[in-house]
Amino acid sequence: MALGPFLLLATLEGLVSAAVLALTAVGLSLVFGVMRVVNVAHGEFFMLGAVVGWAVASLIPEAPALGFLAALAVSPLVAALVAIAVDRAILRRLDYTPEAVIVATIGVGYILQQGALSLYGPEARTVAAPFSFRVQFPWFGYSGYKLGVIAAAALVLAGVWALLARTRIGLVMRATQWDRETATAFGIDTDRIYALVFGLGAGLAAVAAVLVVPISQAHYLMGGDPLLLSFAVVIIGGLGSLRGTVVAALLIGLTDGIAGVFFAPTLGKILATLLVALVLVFRPQGLFGRRTA
Amino acid sequence: MTVRTRVWALHLAVLAALALAPLVLPPYHVTNLARIMVLAVFAMGYNIAFGYTGLLSLGHALLLAAGMYATGLLVTLAGWTAGPALIAGLAAGAGIALLVGLLALRTTGAAFMIVTLMFAQAGYLAVLYFGDLTRGDEGFNLARDARALFGLDLVADTTRYGAALALFAAGLLGCLVLVRSRTGRVLVAVRENAERTRMLGYDPFRARLLALTLSGLYAGGAGAAYALLFGYVGGTFAGVQYSVLPLLWVLLGGAGTVLGPLVGTLVMFYLVDIAGSFTDATLLVVGAALILLVLFARAGLLGTLRDRWLPWLP
Repeated sequence: MALGPFLLLATLEGLVSAAVLALTAVGLSLVFGVMRVVNVAHGEFFMLGAVVGWAVASLIPEAPALGFLAALAVSPLVAALVAIAVDRAILRRLDYTPEAVIVATIGVGYILQQGALSLYGPEARTVAAPFSFRVQFPWFGYSGYKLGVIAAAALVLAGVWALLARTRIGLVMRATQWDRETATAFGIDTDRIYALVFGLGAGLAAVAAVLVVPISQAHYLMGGDPLLLSFAVVIIGGLGSLRGTVVAALLIGLTDGIAGVFFAPTLGKILATLLVALVLVFRPQGLFGRRTA
Repeated sequence: MTVRTRVWALHLAVLAALALAPLVLPPYHVTNLARIMVLAVFAMGYNIAFGYTGLLSLGHALLLAAGMYATGLLVTLAGWTAGPALIAGLAAGAGIALLVGLLALRTTGAAFMIVTLMFAQAGYLAVLYFGDLTRGDEGFNLARDARALFGLDLVADTTRYGAALALFAAGLLGCLVLVRSRTGRVLVAVRENAERTRMLGYDPFRARLLALTLSGLYAGGAGAAYALLFGYVGGTFAGVQYSVLPLLWVLLGGAGTVLGPLVGTLVMFYLVDIAGSFTDATLLVVGAALILLVLFARAGLLGTLRDRWLPWLP
C-alpha cells in the first residue's frame, strides 16, 4: 500500500480511538469539573460497562443487533447506579476531600476488578457488532461498524453538550461547578447534583465501553489504559474544560493511531506518558485551559 | 522515665523482639517475617514522604523497582558482587527520587499524585520495553552464588533473616533519628502548613525534595534487598499495585508514626494471607481495607493509639 492510503487507514483508526476516548474522558472531566475530585475508579467503570454489556448481549443470542442495543441501554444505567451508590455511601462521607477520594476510589476500583474477575471470569470475550457491512475504499475495505462508533460517539457528545448548555439541569450543574455554596443558597440540592454527575460520568464511560466491545474485547483488566489515557486527555485539555477535552481526545487518539502505525506501541506509550506528565508539571492549566488561580 | 528513654526503649524492644522471633516461630513465618521487614523498609520510606511531609505519591513502585533492577541487573548482567550492587540499588532509588522530585514537586495535591503515577507508569512500560534485559513481567532469578554479602550466604534462612533485620533496624533507627531531629520537625511543619513554614524562613521545596529523596533511598534499599534476599526481580514490583500497597500499609499502621509502617505491613500481609486461604478475592480485601481506613480510621492503628493513650509516640 502506498503512503497516502496507509495514512488514511491510520487516520480512520485514530478517529475511532479518539471517539471512544472522548466519551470516556468527558465523563472524567465532568466529574472533575463539577465535583473537584479525581475518580481513579473511572477506568473500572469503563470495564464494568463492557462486562455488563457482554452479559446483557449474551442474554439475547438469537438477535445480535437487539442484544447490542439492549447492552447499550442497560449497561450505562448499571454503571451509573453503581457510581451513585459509591457517591452516597463513600464520597459524601469523605466530604469530597480530594486526597481521601483518590484513595477511596482506588479501593472501589480494586473491588470492581475483583467483582468482575469473580463473577465474569478471567476470559476476554467479545460482543457481535449490530451490523457488519464494509465500506469499500479504492485501496481497502473498512469496517462500517467502526464508522458507526465515530458517529455514535459524536451524537452522544452533542447530547452531553446540549444537556449542559441547553437544559435546566445543565444550568444547575454549571451553577454548582461555579460556586457550590451560592448554589446551595439558591435552593439547589447540590448533594443530588453531585450524585447525578458522578453517575453520568460513569455512564459515559460505560457507553464508550459498550461501543468498543465489538472491536476489542471485554476483560476484567481492561480499565487501566482508558484511565491513563483519560487522565492524559483531561490534563492536556485543561482540567474541567469540556471543549478542551474533546480537542485533546482527537489529538491523542489521532496521534495514538498514526504513531501506532510507525512506532513500536510500548515506546510510543512511554513517550506519551512522560509528555503528559511534563505538561502537567509545566502547564498545569493544560494546553487549552485558561489559568484560573 | 523521660520521653526520650521511653521512645528508645520501645523501639529497641521491638528490634529485640524481631531478633528473637526466629527462635520461637516456625520456618514458614520466619520467611514471611523477613519479607515483611524488607517491605516495611519500603513502607517506612513511603511514610517519610507521605506520613511526615504530606506528599501523597502514587508512584513509589518506580523507586522500589529502581533499586531492585539496578541491583538485579548489575549482578546478573555485569557480574557485580552483592555489596557494590546493593549500594548501586540505594543510589538508584535516591537518584530517581531526586529527579522525579525536581519535576513533580512543582505541583501539589492531586496533580502531584497524577504526575508521580504517570512517571511510575512510564517506568513500568520501560521495564516491558527493555524485555530483552528485564524479561518483562516474567522477571528473572538471581544466580544462587551471587547472593552472598561479606561472606554471608543470603540464601540460608538464618542469615537471610539476619540481613533483613539489619536493613530494617538501620531504617527504623534512621527514621527515628530523622523525625526527632530539627529537620524532621521542619518536614512536619511543611505538611501542616507550607506557607507558614516558608514565612518562618524554611524552604518547603527543599524540605519536600529531601523527604522524597530519603524516601527513594529507603525504597531503593528495599528493592535491592528484595532482589538479593529472595533472588527474584520482576515487572510486578514496578506496577501500579506496588505504588498503592505502601500507601495502604502506612495508612493502616498509622501515617506519621515510626513503627506504623511495620505494623501496617505485618497486619496487611497476614490479612491477605489468611483471606487467601478462604477465598481468591484478595483484591477485594485490599480495596475494602483502603475504603474502610479512609472512611473510619484515617489515623491508622498506631495513630489512633497515639491520639487516645500514648501522646509521646513518635
